[in-house]
Amino acid sequence: MNFWNDPLKVAADWLTGIFTGWGMDAVAANVLVAFLGVLMLITILMVIDIFLVWIERKVVARFQDRIGPNRLGPFGLIQPFADIIKLMIKEDTTPDGADKVVYNVAPLLSMMSVLILWAVVPLAPVMLGVDLNIGALFIIAAGSIGTLSIIMAGWSSNNKFSVIGAFRQVAVMVSFEIPMLATLLIPTIFSGSMGMNAIIQSQDIWFIFLSPLAALIFLIAAIAELGRAPFDLAEGESELVSGYNIEYSGMKFGMFYAGELLHAFTFGGFWAIMFFGGYRFLGLEKVSPFLAIAIILFKALIGYWVIMWVKYTVMRIRIDQMLAFNWKFLTPVAFVLVMVTALMNALLRGADSWLYITGMILSNIIVAWVSLEVVRSVSRKERERVEGVTQIAEAHH
Amino acid sequence: MTGTQIFFLIVGAATLFSGLMVVTTRNLIHAALWLVATLFGVAMIYAILDAGFLAVVQVVVYIGAIAILFIFAVMLTRRQAAETGPSVNANWWAGAFTAVVTFAGLTFMLKSWSGFSKQAAAIPSGFDAVNQLGNALTSPTGYVLPFEVASVLLLAALVGAVYLAFNKK
Repeated sequence: MNFWNDPLKVAADWLTGIFTGWGMDAVAANVLVAFLGVLMLITILMVIDIFLVWIERKVVARFQDRIGPNRLGPFGLIQPFADIIKLMIKEDTTPDGADKVVYNVAPLLSMMSVLILWAVVPLAPVMLGVDLNIGALFIIAAGSIGTLSIIMAGWSSNNKFSVIGAFRQVAVMVSFEIPMLATLLIPTIFSGSMGMNAIIQSQDIWFIFLSPLAALIFLIAAIAELGRAPFDLAEGESELVSGYNIEYSGMKFGMFYAGELLHAFTFGGFWAIMFFGGYRFLGLEKVSPFLAIAIILFKALIGYWVIMWVKYTVMRIRIDQMLAFNWKFLTPVAFVLVMVTALMNALLRGADSWLYITGMILSNIIVAWVSLEVVRSVSRKERERVEGVTQIAEAHH
Repeated sequence: MTGTQIFFLIVGAATLFSGLMVVTTRNLIHAALWLVATLFGVAMIYAILDAGFLAVVQVVVYIGAIAILFIFAVMLTRRQAAETGPSVNANWWAGAFTAVVTFAGLTFMLKSWSGFSKQAAAIPSGFDAVNQLGNALTSPTGYVLPFEVASVLLLAALVGAVYLAFNKK
């Protein structure tokens, strides 16, 4: 077992050896090493987060036919550091009548709900925080903490705009949690486990090829969960300014903003883990754990790029349209898809892998086609009803 | 005392304290947030007991859904989040008496149980608790009937809620 095959374990053993050499208790040394590991992961994530600010600004600039930050350093790479210094030295304001403790805890919880997700992300076959056998549910649980942080921020600011922003955002997050949970069950059905590492290990064929519809629904639910366009209803310059975080200034606002960017990157990572084989790519992950980390970060960045692509291309929709879209379309489709996938899995379990793939894809296409046909006929009826009403009204005039 | 026991005592004390704060604080939103802390403490106790699935479901259902709905309900129905009336009524001593007697009775009964002072046996490696739970809930020899009855009950509640909220045109 050398450093290049299992770097984390070698480093941990080496550090534990040093600490016990200093006369530290073995259990205490293990706890300290685990703590240092967590600290290292969070530090790396925060450094990535700094560059995500740069990536986001550069990419949005390209989508809008601009150049983006280009003054500080090569390609404007120093720009995010300037942003951070600005955020740090800004005045830290607390509004009158704010609930101080809740107001200050909310940004911490928001950041925490994102960082805690990385506890279950496997970076390489041997490099992961914990291989929880309930990894998929853990994502939803962390999301609930995020929901809580938003409602805390909105309420404690003592500002009606922030409360309305928080209401909208929470309504969206609570609703879109359901199709997300349902689509997380589909990789679980394929792999027979909710653990992230087991899901990746069983993806000899990427799950996107088995269930493209599930991947699409997961992406839509993830974008809604992030509160990004076209689901960015908490934000509205003409009606409620920037939503639940209006009253926050300086680094407290920065925590929400950085949390959102890291959250988008993280969901890009989960999309890759669930449907694109995670750290696996043509067996390259077996060569070196460092290559596996590079692969999963690359895939997460592609997922993040897709989320940005949607954000800067699609127009936002109204909240009633969005909730109707979720409850009347996405949730039923996701549930039907879970049932169909489970049934097909039970029928084709022992079958040839080509038959299995064809059956799965066909069932996906049929579910998508039937649901689109149902939507088409319902909306045609609705349109006829509305047009009929206007014709009657015109006749009365 | 082992590390687990110390951890359990800390978590237990924090859970009890936040539970006490739920009923004593005057501000309803604070009460809901303390309730979240209490439920989170219960989730941590599940995690200490190696019941990871229950811990995560506790967070998803109680914090992610029920506590959020509490906060929504308080915000949407009250102008003032603070409660002004007295927080106990004339029967407070009866409630306190019942609580003390129940606690003493449970402690007494558990003391006569042989497993009271034993350490829990270690879970064998390779034991998949989630798999076992799933099989138990869906196998005919397990708990499939109670599971289905509970599902039908929840479905009935869901249909009832939709019926009540449905806008009759």
